[in-house]
Amino acid sequence: MRRILTLLLLAAWLSPAAAVEPHEVLDDPVLEARARELSQDLRCLVCQNQSIDDSNAPLAQDLRVLVRERLAAGDSDEQVMAFVTDRYGDYVLLRPPVQDNTYALWFAPAAVLVIGAVIAAFVVSRGQVRPEPDPLTADERQRVDALLAAERERDGR
Amino acid sequence: MRRIVFLLPLIAFAGLAVWVAVPLIRGDDPSMLPSALIDQPAPDFALPALPGRDDGLASADLGGEVTLVNFFASWCVPCLAEHPLLTRLAREDGFRVLGVAYKDEPADTQAWLAQHGDPYGRIGVDLDGRAAIDWGVYGVPETFLVDADGRIRFRHPGPLTPDLVDETLLPLLQELAG
Repeated sequence: MRRILTLLLLAAWLSPAAAVEPHEVLDDPVLEARARELSQDLRCLVCQNQSIDDSNAPLAQDLRVLVRERLAAGDSDEQVMAFVTDRYGDYVLLRPPVQDNTYALWFAPAAVLVIGAVIAAFVVSRGQVRPEPDPLTADERQRVDALLAAERERDGR
Repeated sequence: MRRIVFLLPLIAFAGLAVWVAVPLIRGDDPSMLPSALIDQPAPDFALPALPGRDDGLASADLGGEVTLVNFFASWCVPCLAEHPLLTRLAREDGFRVLGVAYKDEPADTQAWLAQHGDPYGRIGVDLDGRAAIDWGVYGVPETFLVDADGRIRFRHPGPLTPDLVDETLLPLLQELAG
């Protein structure tokens, strides 16, 4: 029991902590929750593989504060995201939008799966309908019998 | 015909390898991000001057002639590395170079400029980095080329290098200056 409790405590300690500083947090819990959600989808430009919610880089902090300011000023979630992408491009979005230049990114895995399935189905079906070989002609039968007889004789049977 | 079918995966792999290897060998920096502002008008901003100067920098100061806008800071080491190049572009090649001091104490900026020289025609002080966000800046130094119509035509994150200036920036400046 004690061991389990210790493990649980350790696990709680390991859970990822957001980089949001206490003084950044908005008073309105609803707005703050929206801000947290938006910042989790925005890439930190400096560290590149962290969201601004996770990163303690100064620029990430500036952007977190900016997101909160826009929300407090009454922007919708879409307006806040547009505000950031207008300045930093789609690259700042951790979840790329589905549009012309990202179709390959979104649909190539499914396309490759379908192509693979088609090839696999083709190969398997061909394996199954392999035609029976033609029966031996009388002439071939005779030659096979002669060969087998010769072999038996050589083995001394 | 059957042979070709068996070669297909190999050909596909070779194609993929070339596609991946070319930018790698060419030395492209994957952390270099494209700007969302290329061919867009420069953003709206207005920054105060360093104490004791009466310039500052605002959107209205751009346009009219081809201009470089350079975000720098006294605490930024690569800024010092590119400083002689900016000085050359301003003094020898005669282009207008404007500066934005990014998150830098004005006294530190002034000391830095006094020590290393001041190639900037105007300087705006961006203490909280807000104007930099409007420009899509993600670190200093970062340099923008704004044409005579006030549009951003080129942007380079990171320090300018002699190769970049000679092969890309200077030809573009000369072309846009007409």
